[in-house]
Amino acid sequence: MNWSRLREILDYETGILFGQTIEEIELAVMKYVSEYRDAVLVNNVMDEIRRTVTKPWTLMEICGGQTHAIVRYGIDQLLPPEIELVHGPGCPVCVTPLELIDKALIIASQPDVIFCSYGDMLRVPGSGRDLFSVKAAGGDVRIVYSPLDAVEIARENPEKQVVFFAIGFETTAPPNVMSVLQARSLGLTNYSILVSHVRVPPAINAILSSPTSRVQGFLLAGHVCAVMGYHEYPLLVDRYQIPMVVTGFEPLDIVQGILETVKLLEQGKVEISNPYSRVVTFEGNTAAQDHIAQVFEECDRKWRGIGTIPMSGWRLKSEFDEFNAERKFDVGEIKAEESPLCIAGEILQGMNKPQGCSAFGTLCTPEHPLGATMVSSEGACAAYFRYGRVTING
Amino acid sequence: MCLAVPGRIEEIYQKDGLKMAQVDFGGIRREVCLDYVPEARVGEYCIIHVGFALSLLSETEAKETLALLKEIDNLENELEPAEGNPGL
Repeated sequence: MNWSRLREILDYETGILFGQTIEEIELAVMKYVSEYRDAVLVNNVMDEIRRTVTKPWTLMEICGGQTHAIVRYGIDQLLPPEIELVHGPGCPVCVTPLELIDKALIIASQPDVIFCSYGDMLRVPGSGRDLFSVKAAGGDVRIVYSPLDAVEIARENPEKQVVFFAIGFETTAPPNVMSVLQARSLGLTNYSILVSHVRVPPAINAILSSPTSRVQGFLLAGHVCAVMGYHEYPLLVDRYQIPMVVTGFEPLDIVQGILETVKLLEQGKVEISNPYSRVVTFEGNTAAQDHIAQVFEECDRKWRGIGTIPMSGWRLKSEFDEFNAERKFDVGEIKAEESPLCIAGEILQGMNKPQGCSAFGTLCTPEHPLGATMVSSEGACAAYFRYGRVTING
Repeated sequence: MCLAVPGRIEEIYQKDGLKMAQVDFGGIRREVCLDYVPEARVGEYCIIHVGFALSLLSETEAKETLALLKEIDNLENELEPAEGNPGL
């Protein structure tokens, strides 16, 4: 395996699909996956979208995994010209603030620390370097596939402090909180998490409340809804008079989500719909929600490229202070500056696209990203770059 | 980040107080925590994210959705005039 291929897999599939290569996963005939990649069915739904649409509509997919799939399968290019997809801020790696990455780098550089992370955080640069360079300089930085692996590392290394970089949206919260509960139940005193958790509904609220928002319909993130249900969204549907559709991640799921949204828009219906019903229920996973409420509480959270969104994050409750890496390792206040060239904030809010940036593909690449949307393959800029979507001049 | 894949539960057991399972992903087996879907049984499919089952997959809903999507094509064949026929 060559290095760039390994990097690609580290970027995207590792840490999520249990470390298998893309080929291994895709060669396998997987029930409930293969059927939803059926090109004939996707084309039929695409035809139905063409027959349904009569005027221009702008839809936003909130989730970075969906952005990646849309660009990877060319779904945006197959859509009729009336439908524009704008890409939302749903890439947790992208929106993790620089200051927190700098904190991670300081903690990971300490000699008695084993720093564990999902693979896609490793090459996200802080103000200067990234976790890969800390590892290269002798730091003990490890990629784990599940936070329970980090707990196991803590158990096996009682003389070390094990810190897990707990980032993510609602989907990743149940595994991350379980690691804390499990560490407590095992009596571990050398395990802590560095939390940068974000939530989808406050982000949607922030986007739609902006006077410059162009979004007329939302594809909701299917796996966030698998955990949280979709009972938080009718309020937003009513407030902004915008239809929302719970959407999955396979090509057929995505085109079905688009079809459903376009149908609602064309019929003038303002409601929420759930075609991803094989996975998502209205209530969501109540056991997971209970565990999150036990360990986390809502807080204001800074989103890289956007700024602070009120009550848009989760942090550890004070009764879990002993597992809070920010309390265990006093790294002080950190101030970080973003590149003045970067327009990630506009892209994350659906106001601009990668081709609108003068630095795209020249000064800013996945190897040397200037800002949020180029740092992870789920960011819109990185997806456009990887699939050659924008011609670079000069 | 929020990718999750469906897998089939092959074997359920307890480990360190957690409900765990061996889950098959098209021939690849991995250990998965089932604590968030305690009702899950061997042979059922669940949606897995970073080593945790987050949702049981409803086979009934899956079949209904696919049937609905397949109907789009059938409906179209019935509505569209046969080739060479002006339709009016």
